[in-house]
Amino acid sequence: MITFSKQQLKIPQMSRPVYMVTGGMSKFGRAIPEKRTEELVIDSFVEAAEFINMSPAELKRYIHSCYYGHFADHFGDQLLGEAVIHDRLGLDPLGNVGIKTGGATGGSTLWEAFKAVASGYSDCVLAMGWERMDEVPTDEGNHYIASAADKDWETPMGHIYTGYYAVMAQKYWQVFGKQEDSFRKTMAEIAVKNRGYARMNPHAQGPMKLTVEDVLNSPVVAHPLRALDCCLMSVGAACAILCDEETAYKLTDNPLKIHVSAGSHSLRVADRLNMDIPLLPNETPDQYKDLGERFPGGDRYPGFTGFLAARMAAHYAYGMAGIVDPTEDLDVVELHDAFTISDIQTYEDIGIRPYGEGRTYVESGDCYHTNPFTGKPGKLPANLSGGLLGNMHAVGATGIMQAIEVGHHIWGRWSEMHADEKKWAAFGRTKPDDWTDLQVKDAKRGLAISHAGVGSHVTATVLVHPDHELERRS
Amino acid sequence: MADRVEHGQVTVSNGRYRPSGKFHHGYANSPIRNDEGVLMGVTNPRDVTHIHSYGGEAPFFESLSKGKLLGTRCDNADCALHETMFVPFRIHCPDCLSRNTIVDVTDIANRTSKVHTFMITERTGAFNTLEKPIRFVNVEFEGVDTILMGYLSVGEPEIGMRVVPIFQTENPTYTIMDLSWVPEGTQKSELLPGFSFGK
Ligand SMILES: [Zn+2]
Repeated sequence: MITFSKQQLKIPQMSRPVYMVTGGMSKFGRAIPEKRTEELVIDSFVEAAEFINMSPAELKRYIHSCYYGHFADHFGDQLLGEAVIHDRLGLDPLGNVGIKTGGATGGSTLWEAFKAVASGYSDCVLAMGWERMDEVPTDEGNHYIASAADKDWETPMGHIYTGYYAVMAQKYWQVFGKQEDSFRKTMAEIAVKNRGYARMNPHAQGPMKLTVEDVLNSPVVAHPLRALDCCLMSVGAACAILCDEETAYKLTDNPLKIHVSAGSHSLRVADRLNMDIPLLPNETPDQYKDLGERFPGGDRYPGFTGFLAARMAAHYAYGMAGIVDPTEDLDVVELHDAFTISDIQTYEDIGIRPYGEGRTYVESGDCYHTNPFTGKPGKLPANLSGGLLGNMHAVGATGIMQAIEVGHHIWGRWSEMHADEKKWAAFGRTKPDDWTDLQVKDAKRGLAISHAGVGSHVTATVLVHPDHELERRS
Repeated sequence: MADRVEHGQVTVSNGRYRPSGKFHHGYANSPIRNDEGVLMGVTNPRDVTHIHSYGGEAPFFESLSKGKLLGTRCDNADCALHETMFVPFRIHCPDCLSRNTIVDVTDIANRTSKVHTFMITERTGAFNTLEKPIRFVNVEFEGVDTILMGYLSVGEPEIGMRVVPIFQTENPTYTIMDLSWVPEGTQKSELLPGFSFGK
């Protein structure tokens, strides 16, 4: 479908508001052979209960239905793994369902949980996601991930998902990056930034103190992508509790308003037909007229350079939350930095910057906690958790981790959740001497983008402090 | 090929799959211990052969083995995508869902194929059969509205480069691997073994 009907573009109108009350995470690692998946899941649930000063048993008494995000059944060699987790959490006989949308699984899990509360079906739900990618050798893992591409038209070629995604990176690199050293350096800065922020996160699997040169000298994976441009492969769990207003204020004094939306696009990039760029509220109809002149080859939309699914998710979520200009209206974001270059593409898809100008979000210093050029707070700090590059990409948990991290800022509890020496010790990790508090001051509104592979599924989760809501658009 | 003999074979008769031979091999598991000798888990080895229908795409894969590239077109005059040409071959139009018309695009591909984008990678997953590094190319054709993914088997890819399809017509696999791409002007002697130019 390349043109949209009014019905399809409708801003979702939920029957009642939904709140995120708490969330919790396990440790994230490349491999965690000493724990079964359910132990990681329980770790995250216990953290969520403790966050609102409840025992796990007390919190469980409020839960009415459960939404489980877990992408890759093959890795665990266990179908209906959700049923195992549900039982180990002691939540039978409540209704539960498994959700899988590739890399967006965590975000999609929140989407389902959100709708269950908004509809009135449940007053309190559990959104729990996890992934376990350590129980096969890496090349078999690559094959399994590649199975998420088209099995007849793509997977047989190399059995390597990077190859199906990275052709998009190549196109963006040549058309919008113009193969400039300065653009390559901007990509590297994202890797330096996110891995550096991961150093302040005890949950994080890939903290690294790096320079741009380190990134540029790391091994080539698929030109222009180098090893340090690519995200982690992870094990771990994350969960969130979503409630209606009445229940939310029973559980905590500080619930956050949550809006979740989703978009999609074809599994094969090959099938994406040309279309006009659908505009976000901060864009004008003629601003892209000369895009192909400014960026030769950039006139094919979405082609191999845009993620239409992300744009659609932003359209719905911004309408629900009343966001006009994300850079002005949001205070913190967690984006799906699977690759440094796809991070830049996403800035454009979700309207942080216009198409073609994504790099300026980094180059202006706006994306940092503290703008390196001005020493003042960044305008819209991104991926202070470390993101997928530095924190984790335990697929089913990723979108939920992002929402929790955004929540920590709005709750004003980022420091409490990341500074605790006991947590560092429990995860067997050393808190760095130069540990820095990354709390975004007075954060009121934030966004998390959860994204699958070549852009087949994307969700947008907006969290808002209830005293700072914007007016919804219809 | 020896391993095809050992693995199961399937035919369809009277509307049912008829498997014969061995489809799965089980092996004894083994314990996983840490450096201190403490039991951590077990391995679960097995081989499985899946059975898969090409359904309405079967003509596409059959044609590759005959040196032909097929696409499809929506011929529904009432459809917003009327006359849209699809390569990859789509059985149904994604808009009106009517059955598309099969079109031989070998000639268009020979005359107009260009590299839209590409990627070179040394990384592969288990079961990869391509020589490394793999040169992925996404190919655009004139008059075709989609961009087909494939692999370049001669030369180095560049955006905008003219390429032509080649086909595994000897010992075909009946998979997408029977289609590869080479720069325009490549000689027959340079092609992968078993491959030939389109007809
Ligand atoms: Zn049609």
